[in-house]
Amino acid sequence: MNWEAIALSLELAVAVAGILLVVGLPIAYWVTFSHWRWKFLVEAVVALPLVLPPTVLGYYILAGLGPRHFAGRIWQSWFGHTLPFTFGGLLVASVLYSLPFAVQPISAGLESVDRRLIEASWTLGASPLVTFFRVILPLSAAGAVTGLVLSFAHTIGEFGVVLMVGGNIPGVTRTVSIDIYDQVQAANYDVANRTALVLLLFSFLVLAVIYGTNRRALALWRRF
Amino acid sequence: MKPIRIVFFAALAGFLLPAALPLTRVANGGPLPQDAAKPCGTITVAAASDLTYAMNDVVANFEKATGCMVRVSLGSSGNFLTQIENGAPFDVFFSADIEYPKKLETDGLAAPGSTYFYAVGKIVLWTRKDSGVALGKGLDALRDPSVKKIAIANPQHAPYGRAAEEALRRSGVYEAVKDRLVLGENISQAAQFVESGNADVGIVALSLVVSPKMKEEGRAQAIPENLYTPMQQGAVVIRASANSQAARQFLDYVKMPATAAVLERYGFVLPGKGKP
Repeated sequence: MNWEAIALSLELAVAVAGILLVVGLPIAYWVTFSHWRWKFLVEAVVALPLVLPPTVLGYYILAGLGPRHFAGRIWQSWFGHTLPFTFGGLLVASVLYSLPFAVQPISAGLESVDRRLIEASWTLGASPLVTFFRVILPLSAAGAVTGLVLSFAHTIGEFGVVLMVGGNIPGVTRTVSIDIYDQVQAANYDVANRTALVLLLFSFLVLAVIYGTNRRALALWRRF
Repeated sequence: MKPIRIVFFAALAGFLLPAALPLTRVANGGPLPQDAAKPCGTITVAAASDLTYAMNDVVANFEKATGCMVRVSLGSSGNFLTQIENGAPFDVFFSADIEYPKKLETDGLAAPGSTYFYAVGKIVLWTRKDSGVALGKGLDALRDPSVKKIAIANPQHAPYGRAAEEALRRSGVYEAVKDRLVLGENISQAAQFVESGNADVGIVALSLVVSPKMKEEGRAQAIPENLYTPMQQGAVVIRASANSQAARQFLDYVKMPATAAVLERYGFVLPGKGKP
């Protein structure tokens, strides 16, 4: 079994989930509470990865951000290399590709918060920032946790983009989904079988634990 | 959401298709009637991706000559071997490694005795015209630290990847360059990594870079043939083919001198014609 690939996938998924929590919160907040009349355009952009095949994103990263294009050359001059074949490249691709899986649950959580509590907090003199962290976020924690779990899970399960722009470098871009694919191609079914089973059990365990504790946390919250 | 939906439709298709097929056959009353009207029909060919461009020409000629229809699937030979072993509905398989068709024959999955050695494939160093890689130095050019990424096909399941790795090892540069290798899923993707400029140089199939499209984009340098095991390419008719008559017809067409000439034009060495 390829523990290196499993570790790499975990690393990538944790990083993506972390980044998306930080990036997703303000976007979700804005999407939920903004009254701008063109807001739906932003919502549509955020939801794009739900519709687009991973090959579209892969193509843009390879061609648009490759060294032959303007944007790619700017990227290269800033970071010293282009995106494909690097862990950073997978990170950028995964964050973009999992964005709706973070923003939409967080936004749904924010929407469920009683407006009167928010307004009460404001009238009691709390700044919007304080209100967000002490009133809105605790009341919508379930949405944030769901967003975190979904973006983690979605990144573990990512395949198409990685196949297109990863270059299959052991320890850098050979994620566990790619490793299983390679083993199947090479007809190493027993290796593929073991890795697939580990991944299956692990994913189930993570989701079960998080959904289980999430519910208990909610139940606890209601008791107080 | 999406994976669930995919699983749902796959399961649905899995249940409905086998159930629906016998029904249509009964409704038509025995053998499919269009077979009588059109003696040829459609075949699906699984072709190693070193044939990406050459196969277009071969298929166009074949379709014009016979009125048959050919659908071409391109990918790595190892990928197709796995798929055919698991019942993929291909009629003919063109492999970059003749061992795969032979294995299918041994396993009873290909028509007995149908394996045909159609050509020998070659690998070359290839880079974009605007790159500064000193190809003249051969594989030693890869040692240059300005060469950041070197694309090859995945040696685990792509014959061209195996040949590339072998050449790197035999020339003694493998250890120096192994951390800069990026692996394409098949030889076509490896070439595309170079063509798009994301990899500085690649070890790819000659048959890809002599195509009119790629010829304009880059320059190639031959890799000495003593550095890798000759890549014998083999084609075979799949035993489970639903249209084995047309499948055999296609393979016979590939054996004709006119088709051999097309393959030769794409840089393949014909059996018996290469230097020993």
